[in-house]
Amino acid sequence: MTRAGVTTFSRIFFIGGAISFRALFSWITPWVYIPTLLITPMFQLLFFAYLGRTAHLRSDSWFVIGNAVQSASMASLFGMGFAIDGERWSQTLSSVLATPANRAALFLGRALPVLLNSMVTSLFVFVAGRLLLDFHPPLAVVPKLALVVVVACFSVTGLGMTTGAVGLRLRDVPIIANLVMAILLVFCGVNVPLDDLPRWMSAVAQVLPMTHSIGAARRLADGASIGSVDHLLLTDVAIGIAFGIVGFALLRWFEHEGRRLATLDRA
Amino acid sequence: MTYARVVWKGLVFLTKRNSTSSWFLLLVLFQPLIFATIAFYMFKSGGREGTLLYAALGAGMMGIWSATLFGSGGLIQWWRWEGTLELAVGAPPPFFFVLLPAALSNSIIGAYSLAATLLWGRLAYAIPLHFEHPFAFGVALASTVLSLGLMGLLLASSFVLYRHANALMNLLEYPVWVATGLIFPIALLPGWAHPVSWPLAPRWGIEAIRDSALGGGGIWWEIALTLALGLVYAVAAFLFLRLFERLARARATLALT
Repeated sequence: MTRAGVTTFSRIFFIGGAISFRALFSWITPWVYIPTLLITPMFQLLFFAYLGRTAHLRSDSWFVIGNAVQSASMASLFGMGFAIDGERWSQTLSSVLATPANRAALFLGRALPVLLNSMVTSLFVFVAGRLLLDFHPPLAVVPKLALVVVVACFSVTGLGMTTGAVGLRLRDVPIIANLVMAILLVFCGVNVPLDDLPRWMSAVAQVLPMTHSIGAARRLADGASIGSVDHLLLTDVAIGIAFGIVGFALLRWFEHEGRRLATLDRA
Repeated sequence: MTYARVVWKGLVFLTKRNSTSSWFLLLVLFQPLIFATIAFYMFKSGGREGTLLYAALGAGMMGIWSATLFGSGGLIQWWRWEGTLELAVGAPPPFFFVLLPAALSNSIIGAYSLAATLLWGRLAYAIPLHFEHPFAFGVALASTVLSLGLMGLLLASSFVLYRHANALMNLLEYPVWVATGLIFPIALLPGWAHPVSWPLAPRWGIEAIRDSALGGGGIWWEIALTLALGLVYAVAAFLFLRLFERLARARATLALT
């Protein structure tokens, strides 16, 4: 890629991504953002922490880590879904896809603000856990947990790319996002130890985003070093990349089919 | 046409329509099964397998609340989007009786959740479905569904004043699950949180359902409280709707979002 090509790619990736995010999510005022992306995940944490106490399962800390990391999935899955499907709602999908812009820059640029947003949700739930429950990680662990949040958000945003791409074909993107979020909640060891799930569920969990990050975060909170969990984090990054590639391929395929059948604006 | 006929016909039609909605089915069948599954594994992992029926009842009740909240909370807003609100308000019967079957049908559909979680528990986890007081269980369930339907009516009539009703609906799902102790005892919550559940029908409804299924005292008292709260919701909704309808007609804002 030439220097001019890199500049154009970067412009579409960063500036285009930021502008499209602002345009597509202009309806997210604080009145929507705070209840949906902050308060709801916080109550999800409280719900499972209290359920965990009733079941005599694990400590509050265990639930805080699982739910705080998993809470990023809401912003990622719904965000990526709407980042793509929203273009159709606002009747700009054809215009966007008519441009000669590099598709990787176009779609990955939309993922970056979504990823940052999901990090905010996740970090907020960690803070809520610290303030409301028995979760008191040593200060030295905090940057390590922040790193895990970055990895988990990256990984689940990759999955969001795939589910968002499906939105080019199916009408009910929120339903798809809800289904996938529920699957992550059950399978990824968020509230039930993986060892206590049936073997097939544990096996599925190994290829889902967040499973490895959650495991890594719990070990880090118990005092492990980054070096001892780097394989978990790298696995989650690889899963995120894999889902991202699948999502990107689906986007290109659905775009091609949409052009061929003149169905871009239909679902 | 009597009001009872309006309510009955509306109830049958809307229950059939909602039963074919993929969104509703996700809400009342899939989601409760997910939460029931998590709860079953949590209780099993914690060595408390005797509480699986307790978890199934709680997860089912969570589904009824979700259906009420999301089905009824945005009812008027949806009718606005569909362009049918003016027709519904302009129909000869009072708007209360037009909206009532819609709210009731949402909570009736919500009851699918309880059936689904109990069936799921029986088939997947071999939970014995032995109810201590079957008759009282039926009455408790019917009372809870009715009361939550009336609560939905109140939500529908009051959420219309809030522009971001969708966000408010999202906000209220988990907190009510937590505050009313649907799947864990309220006693676990801090003392200051206990009174929050007093005016909420799901709290008394789940206690009546649980006590009638698992055995416990005060069932009829809990049923009476559930129904009394339902009556309060109905009166409040009636007053809200009269006020809203008059204001909307006066300001010509009925169809405006």
